[in-house]
Parts: sequence; C-alpha cells; structure tokens
Amino acid sequence: MNLDFGQITPYIPFMLEGIWVTLKFVFVALIFGFILGTLLALCKIGSIKLLNWFAIVYTSIFRGTPLILQLMIFYFAIPQLTGYDISPFLSAILAFGLNSAAYISEIIRAGIQAVDKGQTEAAMALGIPYKQMMKDIILPQAFKNILPALMNEVITLTKESALVSTISVLDLMRRAQVVGSDIYRSFEPLLFVGFIYWLMVFVLSSIGKVIERRLKVSD
Amino acid sequence: MIRVENLSKSFGKNEVLTNISTQISKGEVVAIIGPSGSGKSTFLRCLNVLENPSSGKILVENHDLTDSKTPIHKMRQQIGMVFQHFHLFPHMTVLENLTYAPMKAKGVKKQAAEQSARSLLHKVGLSEKESAYPSSLSGGQKQRVAIARALAMEPELMLFDEPTSALDPEMVKEVLDVMKDLAKSGMTMIVVTHEMGFAREVADRILFLDHGVLLEEGKPNDFFTNPKTERAKDFLDKIL
Ligand SMILES: Nc1ncnc2c1ncn2[C@@H]1O[C@H](COP(=O)(O)OP(=O)(O)OP(=O)(O)O)[C@@H](O)[C@H]1O
Ligand SMILES: [Mg+2]
Repeated sequence: MNLDFGQITPYIPFMLEGIWVTLKFVFVALIFGFILGTLLALCKIGSIKLLNWFAIVYTSIFRGTPLILQLMIFYFAIPQLTGYDISPFLSAILAFGLNSAAYISEIIRAGIQAVDKGQTEAAMALGIPYKQMMKDIILPQAFKNILPALMNEVITLTKESALVSTISVLDLMRRAQVVGSDIYRSFEPLLFVGFIYWLMVFVLSSIGKVIERRLKVSD
Repeated sequence: MIRVENLSKSFGKNEVLTNISTQISKGEVVAIIGPSGSGKSTFLRCLNVLENPSSGKILVENHDLTDSKTPIHKMRQQIGMVFQHFHLFPHMTVLENLTYAPMKAKGVKKQAAEQSARSLLHKVGLSEKESAYPSSLSGGQKQRVAIARALAMEPELMLFDEPTSALDPEMVKEVLDVMKDLAKSGMTMIVVTHEMGFAREVADRILFLDHGVLLEEGKPNDFFTNPKTERAKDFLDKIL
C-alpha cells in the first residue's frame, strides 16, 4: 500500500471548488423541495379530495422509484421529448427538488398531524380563522416536531447529491473522478472528497443540534 | 340567549344525540350531567359547532349556527369554551395566551389587550405568572389561565367540558371557585360536570342526558332529591 497525497496537492483548489457546487446545488434543491413539500403537505391534510389524491400519487411515484432513474429521465428523456436542451445543473435541481418535495411533504404532514388536536379546537373555539391558526398556532408547533427529520433530509440530500456526477455536473464527487483520471490514482482524491463530505455532514448536524436546543427553551 | 331545536348528531351510523331541544336564557347557569358516553361533550361541542349537527337548529341571538351563511368565526368569538385538558398554547407565555385571540381575531390593540389580560389574570389569582410558559404551571393554574383566555374574548356565553376532571383533587377547588365567581358575576354558563356539589350549589338548572336523549330537566333541588326517571335515580345512586 503506497498512498501519495503529494500528487493531489496541485488539484486541491480544484476539488475544493466542488464544495460550492455541491452546497449551491443542495441549497437550491432544498428550498425548492421545501416550498413544494409544504404545499403538498397542505394538500394532504386539507379537505379537497382531488388535491389529497394528487399529493398522495405524487409522493408515491417519487418515493417509489430510484432517484438516479428520475435524474436520468430529467436529463436524457425530457430533451428527447421536448427538444429543450436542459443543462445538467437544472435537470439535477428539478430531479432532486421534486424528489425531496415528496419526502419533505411526508415529514411536514406527520409533523402537523402530531400537533395535539386540542390546539386546533382551542383556536377554533376562540374564533380564530383557519389561516391564522395554521400560521401562529399549528405550524410553529409542528416545526419543532419536524426539525430533526428535516435535518436528516438535508444530510441525505447532501450525500445523495453525489449522484449528479453521473450527468457530469462538476460537483465534489465528479471532481475527484476528474483528478483521479488525470493522475491515474483514484484512492487519494476519493479519500480527500470523502473527508470533505463527512465534514459537511458533521457541520450540518451540529447546526441542527444547536437549533433544536434553542427551540426547546420554551418547553 | 341560546336556543336548541331538535338537535341530532350521528357519527356514521351511531346516533349520539337524539332530538334535543332546550333553551338557556341570559345569566343562567346550566349543569349537564349523565353517564359516560351519554353525549354530554358532543352536545356541548355542537353548541359552538366544533361538531357539525346532523340535524336541528342552534340559535344564538337569532343567528342559526347550523346555517352555513352564518359567520361562524364571529359567532364563536361570543362563545367561550374551556376544555378538560386545557389546551393552552404551549409556545406562548400566559399573557400571550390571553392576548393572542383578542388581537388577531378582534383587532384589539396590544396595549388594551394586555391591560384587560392582566386584570383577568388578577381575577383568577395568577398575576405573577404572566410571563411563565404553560408547561411550568400546575393543572389548576393551567385551567384558570384557560378560563381567563376564554374570558379575554369577552364572550356572552361560556361552555365548560368537565373542567376539573383532569385535575388532582387538591386543585379542584381553586378552579371551581373561579367558576363560582364567574356565575355570580352574571355570566351565562353551560357546564358539563361530575361535580355534583357544584351542580347543586351553583346551577340554576340541571340537564340529565342519557344515551343521547335529554331525559330530565329541572331545578337542582328537585332533580337531586326527587328524580323523575328510573335512569336518573340509578345514576344518582351510583355516584352520590
Ligand atoms: N369524533 C367522534 N367520532 C365517532 N364517535 C364519537 C366521536 N366523538 C364521540 N363519539 C361517540 O359519541 C358518544 C358520546 O360521546 P361523548 O364524548 O359526547 O360522551 P360524554 O357524555 O361526554 O362522555 P364522558 O363522560 O366520558 O366524557 C360515545 O359513544 C363516543 O364514542
Ligand atoms: Mg365528555
């Protein structure tokens, strides 16, 4: 076994740039997924049958098929179908955003339904309209239930984002492969970005823990 | 004040309330008693439409609450409700629990809302708890805050669903005392309760529910000393 990290030194800045690509990608996909996921969750708990049905089918499709398949469909199949030449980054955002929306909608739905029904009744009995009740009474309490699971989703998304290397987005993972083929050594660059992934996840979960502790204060 | 006409309620095939009619006038205190599962909570919850009646009418000052055109939020603002398990808002302080609804639903200014909230807290003996969170209060204190929260909307009518059933015995009195004061002040009250002492002493009228039917209605003295129906006799024998 002869590891030689000296050889990757010139490539380190190139690989570190991948952090931004990965983070930017995760961030945009997450915002997209969170907004769409919240809407889907409201569709699920609402009383309009058509929307219930839509949200349930949506979730079932995106959770029931491999993410890499969804990614391939957005990158290869959509252009074939529509003639629109979609960029790798955009198709990755679409696939990951739509996919995480399905998971996030389940997290939010469960979080809302875990709020004691008595809270809704107390608010209704006081004559508070539905929207305000959701905003001021139910969602703030649901958010506390949701946060740990949401943090998990962020971490999963960060790690799974490495899949976008398969459609040649120059993220961390892809950069390690590029360097690997440049210097004919794979182990060192892979180990290097592996450490970076671990570090990012470590920082993310630490932030999550701090927020959780803050929120606990009022209990 | 409130008139109930031929109220029935079913959950699926299960008819829980059958054809109940009664009338409660301003300033009256009515106690609803009856065996477990007889429909007392359901009846109370129909009165502010937390449950939708299957048929019949509920008229509050000539507005029919079962009519979908009636502005239900506005009507509920006139009807306070106190639950067995308090249901305070856990993420708000005691003072915020009291000011939230007047400010958000009635547009009362913050300063005015806080002022009347403080005077209500004083009335229920909890002035020093205004910045506490509900989780730090005892059961009796929580229920007194819940009563104050309902009163903060300045309702015309107060509904109580077994307000002392979830409390440790030593805390029952402090809550009943607040309710007695409220009754003395002339509030119209409908109270579902197992506290027969309270019903006898404070209520102007007793409604006895059994299997969803309003079996008996009368003055506390008549009802407790001389129940008319066999079912009421049985019930009183069991609990007194
Ligand atoms: N949301 C609901 N769905 C279906 N059935 C219900 C619902 N709420 C109440 N019931 C049924 O209606 C009947 C009356 O219930 P209710 O809670 O009104 O009785 P209660 O007199 O308040 O009893 P308790 O003294 O135990 O509180 C019960 O058989 C109960 O199972
Ligand atoms: Mg009950």
